[in-house]
Amino acid sequence: MHAVLARRQLNPDVTRLDVEAPRIAQIRQPGQFVIVRRAETSERIPLTIADADPVRGSIALVIQAVGKSTRELVALQPGEAILDIAGPLGRPTELIPSGHAVCVGGGVGTAVVHPIAQGLHARGVRVTSIIGGRSREWVIFEEELRRLGAVIVCTDDGSYGRKGFVTVALGDVLAGGGVDAVYAVGPVPMMRAVAALTRPLGVRTIVSLNPIMIDGTGMCGGCRVSVGGEMKFACVDGPEFDGHRVDYDELQDRLATYRQYELEALRCAETQCRLGPHLTNLPAAEGAHSAAKPAEPAVVP
Amino acid sequence: MSGKLSTRERLSIPRQRIPEQPPEARASNFAEVNLGFTEQLALLEAQRCLQCKDPKCVRGCPVGVNIPRFLQLLTEGKVAEAAQSLLCDNALPAVTGRVCPQETQCEAECVRAAKGEPVAIGYLERYVADWARTHAERLPIEKAPPTGKRIAIVGSGPSGLTAAGELARRGHEVTIYEALHKPGGVLVYGIPEFRLPKKIVEQEVERLRRLGVRIECNVVIGRTWTLPELRARFDAVYIANGAGLPLFLNIPGENLKGVYSANEYLTRVNLMAAWQFPRNDTPVLHGQRVAVIGGGNVALDAVRTARRLGAQEAMIVYRRTKAEMPARAEEIHHAEDEGVRFHFLTAPVEILGNEKRWVTGLKCIRMEPGAPDETGRARPVPVPGSEFVLPCDIVVVAIGTRANPLLTSTCPELKLNRWGNIVVDENGMTSLPGVFAGGDIVRGAATVILAMGDGKRAAQAIDAWLRGELKPAEAQTPAPTG
Ligand SMILES: Cc1cc2nc3c(=O)[nH]c(=O)nc-3n(C[C@H](O)[C@H](O)[C@H](O)COP(=O)(O)OP(=O)(O)OC[C@H]3O[C@@H](n4cnc5c(N)ncnc54)[C@H](O)[C@@H]3O)c2cc1C
Ligand SMILES: Cc1cc2nc3c(=O)[nH]c(=O)nc-3n(C[C@H](O)[C@H](O)[C@H](O)COP(=O)(O)OP(=O)(O)OC[C@H]3O[C@@H](n4cnc5c(N)ncnc54)[C@H](O)[C@@H]3O)c2cc1C
Ligand code: SF4
Ligand code: SF4
Ligand code: FES
Repeated sequence: MHAVLARRQLNPDVTRLDVEAPRIAQIRQPGQFVIVRRAETSERIPLTIADADPVRGSIALVIQAVGKSTRELVALQPGEAILDIAGPLGRPTELIPSGHAVCVGGGVGTAVVHPIAQGLHARGVRVTSIIGGRSREWVIFEEELRRLGAVIVCTDDGSYGRKGFVTVALGDVLAGGGVDAVYAVGPVPMMRAVAALTRPLGVRTIVSLNPIMIDGTGMCGGCRVSVGGEMKFACVDGPEFDGHRVDYDELQDRLATYRQYELEALRCAETQCRLGPHLTNLPAAEGAHSAAKPAEPAVVP
Repeated sequence: MSGKLSTRERLSIPRQRIPEQPPEARASNFAEVNLGFTEQLALLEAQRCLQCKDPKCVRGCPVGVNIPRFLQLLTEGKVAEAAQSLLCDNALPAVTGRVCPQETQCEAECVRAAKGEPVAIGYLERYVADWARTHAERLPIEKAPPTGKRIAIVGSGPSGLTAAGELARRGHEVTIYEALHKPGGVLVYGIPEFRLPKKIVEQEVERLRRLGVRIECNVVIGRTWTLPELRARFDAVYIANGAGLPLFLNIPGENLKGVYSANEYLTRVNLMAAWQFPRNDTPVLHGQRVAVIGGGNVALDAVRTARRLGAQEAMIVYRRTKAEMPARAEEIHHAEDEGVRFHFLTAPVEILGNEKRWVTGLKCIRMEPGAPDETGRARPVPVPGSEFVLPCDIVVVAIGTRANPLLTSTCPELKLNRWGNIVVDENGMTSLPGVFAGGDIVRGAATVILAMGDGKRAAQAIDAWLRGELKPAEAQTPAPTG
């Protein structure tokens, strides 16, 4: 059991939980994550270690409520607890030894980019952070990142900082030259767009991928992604990869695998339905609709 | 009842059938298929044993269970003594009685197999073990006084659990580190409920806890602690982290939606209870037509799971013939009864998908048996031009697993063979003094009983090592068995 020590709502969707996990707090490195299972019937879901306090023995999880599991997590109050936390998992970020790094964070990715910026700053790398949100209230981790270097805030509606996507600001910084590496974490389209900007310039770009995971130990292969045409398991080979070589289309497509199930889970949670295992009511794999129709025997020559 | 039956009388008893759930019913539920012998059936079956002077069956068992002894005690009505005898040879008989490939081990060697059917050793082992589970109070646990020595075990599969029990009984302080949230290894995440109820594994784990074994879940060695850190904190370490790295086929279409490794498919359903979605939060795709590639126990577990999840058509696609399937005979037979279809001499070449990247079919090619390969089996050769498409919406790849490098890659001093398995000497010691290893991480994917045998042998070696009676030998490369 891991007690929730503090809870803070960072924006309407994103909540920070500080939870007890002394061993992980001591040894975690930038880029690493944990696998969390809130209660006995919960999913195992991966969450980045956004910050850690080795003295208090706590780690910070910054969670965007998108579906059932994350909504239940952000509803936890201090004094309540998370059943299981395993980690730290994944390879630590490859931090450049010196020079100038740009850290790009979109949405909750801003929290994920924070430990990377911390790590870079600690070894003396100059850090510029470019972070974005829909409007002013959605911007998170600005203050924390300001402690580590310059911060450029972008909002879609221009209500705060620059108007427009983070990629516009990144374009300007890159045009100024002298950027040794870009670390980008956010929605798949954002990471794809960042990679498209830096690729022609040959600027090293590292992205943090968020495929669906279960065990986080390389045992199931569910988190596989294609990088440079090769199959990689993001939980053990990543989660960070060379942004110029990632197959973003495939990643985004695989993330949609359980969409119908996710909606069903939310609907059940909201209507408090206590459905038993009514397997027949469940959405089938979507391919079924095309494949199941020819229920005639297999085509054998 | 008595052990005084004549050989002729014993020979006249036919092999007893184990009651099982009817196929129509069980194909849609997750309850155990075999219901187990009644007392009457068990006694009758035990009397079929001829109590051979030179019992060949024992030689067929990788851990040498004294089969005639526990069967004799059973026929004498001394079931507690039978259980004691069995447990002394085999720490998890309720598991092995259910999952050992008896037909190639103990039962294959039984003299009665030569003329008719062997004694049903597996079912009897299961009967006695189930009695022991439900009468724990009648089986006192003996434990040596504390030695003050501390041992870390990595992994809580059958190998780790066996070693833990053995070491705790000798008075050592044992801590098991398990990466997942539940102990049991493949017994909880891989082998399905309908073959091995999870309650049995829980009871075994409970028994170890009562012996004083500590189990820390959610600890990934290589990440949470490194091997050198464990070595520094403990007097000895036993590595039993299994062979949990799924192999894929390297054919086009493997990243379409609807393609699973067997490990993922089974983990979702068993460990995460996805069959109870939405009561449990973890989903699994329900296919109408599910193709499972492979011919071992893992493939059969996956295909029978698909059937239970409602697949109208659950198929095995195997590149060799039925006779060459490595799965247990009983599982093949059960799968057939449950309506699983088998496509033998068939190899997949591509997974097909629609424009939304969902699986729609498996393109296969016919095979024919060719010249024998290094395993002595006919090497399957493709028949040119014989490609065809099996329509399906889920594909499960069950072609085997390798050593997972998560732990070993963080400790380069640990000697590995070229498949990534840990190299050990005849005592189970690795190239690092005081660090032992066994089970699938050493052998490659093997069996529960072999993993347990390694755990037991390693425990004895660790005990000797801690008393200073064992010196590190030059680590040798064992022949791979996987
Ligand atoms: C290495 C890594 C680090 C991450 N770090 C963070 C973080 O710091 N903060 C944060 O808010 N989110 C993070 N995520 C994403 C987070 O795990 C998912 O948002 C979460 O699992 C969604 O669960 P849900 O039930 O609430 O939503 P669902 O309704 O189940 O799904 C919503 C979306 O989340 C994805 N998802 C569902 N289940 C999983 C799963 N088991 N693993 C990964 N993705 C899944 C789905 O593709 C879907 O697009 C991270 C993911 C990875 C792989
Ligand atoms: C689906 C399936 C069906 C099978 N059916 C049969 C059968 O019918 N009969 C039979 O005899 N055999 C069967 N087998 C094979 C048998 O299960 C294995 O040979 C046996 O479980 C190996 O035991 P083990 O203790 O070596 O490893 P495992 O059972 O694999 O256990 C290893 C444990 O170590 C943990 N671990 C891994 N890495 C780490 C780490 N870094 N830190 C901490 N913990 C870690 C894992 O999570 C796991 O719990 C089957 C296997 C599968 C997958
Ligand atoms: S452990 Fe397995 S091989 Fe040995 S006697 Fe029991 S069932 Fe047979
Ligand atoms: S070989 Fe068969 S008959 Fe002989 S002791 Fe073993 S089980 Fe009994
Ligand atoms: S999450 Fe299972 S292998 Fe990565």
